[in-house]
Amino acid sequence: MTDLPIDLDNVTIAVGNATMLDRVTLTIAAGAPTVLIGPNGAGKTTLLRAAMGLVAPMRGTVTWQGRAHVPPVRRAIVFQRPTMLRRTTSANIRYALRAARIARGGHDEAIERLLAMVGLSRAADRPARRLSAGEQQRLALARALAREPDVLFLDEPTASLDPASTKAIEDIIRAVSQRGIKVVLSTHDLGEARRLAGEIVLLHRGRIVETAAASGFFESPMTDEARRFVAGELLV
Amino acid sequence: MPDNASALQLVLSGDPALFSIVLLAMIVSLSAVLLAALIGVPLGALIALTSFRGRDGAIVLLNTLMGLPPVVIGLLVYLALSRSGPLGAWGLLFTPQAMVIAQTILVAPIIAALSRQTIEDLWLEYRDELTAMNVPWPGRVGTLIWDARFSLITALLAGFGRAAAEVGAVIIVGGNIEGHTRTMTTAIALETSKGDLPLAIGLGIVLMAIVLMVNALAWVVRRAAERVAG
Repeated sequence: MTDLPIDLDNVTIAVGNATMLDRVTLTIAAGAPTVLIGPNGAGKTTLLRAAMGLVAPMRGTVTWQGRAHVPPVRRAIVFQRPTMLRRTTSANIRYALRAARIARGGHDEAIERLLAMVGLSRAADRPARRLSAGEQQRLALARALAREPDVLFLDEPTASLDPASTKAIEDIIRAVSQRGIKVVLSTHDLGEARRLAGEIVLLHRGRIVETAAASGFFESPMTDEARRFVAGELLV
Repeated sequence: MPDNASALQLVLSGDPALFSIVLLAMIVSLSAVLLAALIGVPLGALIALTSFRGRDGAIVLLNTLMGLPPVVIGLLVYLALSRSGPLGAWGLLFTPQAMVIAQTILVAPIIAALSRQTIEDLWLEYRDELTAMNVPWPGRVGTLIWDARFSLITALLAGFGRAAAEVGAVIIVGGNIEGHTRTMTTAIALETSKGDLPLAIGLGIVLMAIVLMVNALAWVVRRAAERVAG
C-alpha cells in the first residue's frame, strides 16, 4: 500500500521559542517532483522531516493516504549531511536492504544495480566514510532507493557540491522520478528548482507563501515574496 | 644488576613456577574482562539509548564505580563468599573463580561507563538515519555496538589493564595460594616482601610485556579493521 498522498493539515512545529512551521497545509501527491524553496530557516527541512514522520507536529496532523502514525516503510529520506555507517560502500546498501526486509536472495543483484545507477561501482569495497562529499551523497541516494520507496525526500541534496557532482545527483533524481517515485526535495538554488521541479512550494518564516506548478511559478509568481525571490532578491 | 640479570634468566629459561603464575593470571584477567564485557557493553548501551527517571544519577553512579578501591570489592566478595556469607555454600572462596568474580565486579563499571559514552556519541550521529530506515530497537543496539567496535576495544583494554594490574581484590578472595591462586601481581607483592627480587622483577617484566603485547595487538587489529571499514 502506498503512502501517497501525504497530507499536512494545519501543522505547527516549534523548537523552544522558535516556530519552525506555522499552520502549514500541503498535499503531496504522486507526480513530478515537488520542490520546496525558500531562504535558510524558512522551514524546508522541518517540513520534509514532518512529511517523513520523523518529527511530530505540536498542532495539526500529518497523514499518509489518510492514515496517521504510519511507519516509514514506503518512504525514504536523504539528509543534507547524510551519515555513512562505518562499513564499506556496498555494506551500507546491504544494511538498508536488510532494514527494509528485502529478500536476502536479491541483495547482491540490488547492490550491483544501485551502485551502477549512482556511479559508484568501482567504490563498492571502499570505506563509505572515506568517499568524497559528492560520492557520499550518491551513496545516501542509493541507500534510500534500496528501500524501494514510493516517495523520496531529499534535503538540499546538492548543497556545497561542485557542478559535476550536482549534475550527477540531478540526473539520478530525474531517473528516479521517471520510474514513478515521488520526489520531494528542498533547495535554495533557484536554478536547481527550475531544472527539476514539477511543482514549487515557497516557504518563508515557517509558512507556505505560494504553491504552484513550476512553469507558472517562475513565469508569473502570484505573491510579492515569490516575485522578489524569483527576481533574486534576499528574503529575510 | 645481578637481580635484573637473574630475573631475565628466569624469564628466558621458561621457569615453570613463573609461567604457571603467568598462565593463571591471564586466565583470571581475561575471563573477568570477557564476563565484564558481556555485562558492561549491553548495560552501557541500555543507559545510552534509553531515557528514564534518574538516568543522570545512574551515569554519575556508574562513573563513580569506575574508581572503586579493589580492596573494598575484595572485602565485599570475601564477605559474600565466606562460609557464613550468602554465597558461602558455593565454596568458591580462595579459588580462581572467586578472583574472576572480584575482577569482573571491578572491571564491569569501567567497560559499562566507557561503552555508554561511546554508544551515546554514535547514537547522536546515527539516530536520524536509523529512525528513517525504520530499524527496530534490537537492530539499532546491534548496529551501534558493531559500528562502535573499534572504540569499544579501547574500553575492553582499559578493563584488561585494570584487571591485570590489580592486586588488592585477588589477594583477599584468592588468598595467594601457591600453585592455586597465585597471580603475577600477588606474587610480586609476596616475593618483594620475602626479598626474592629476581622472581618479583621477572614477573614484573612478564606482566608489562603481556600488557604491551595485548595493547599492540589491539592497535594492529584496530588499524587494519579501520582501513577496511572506515
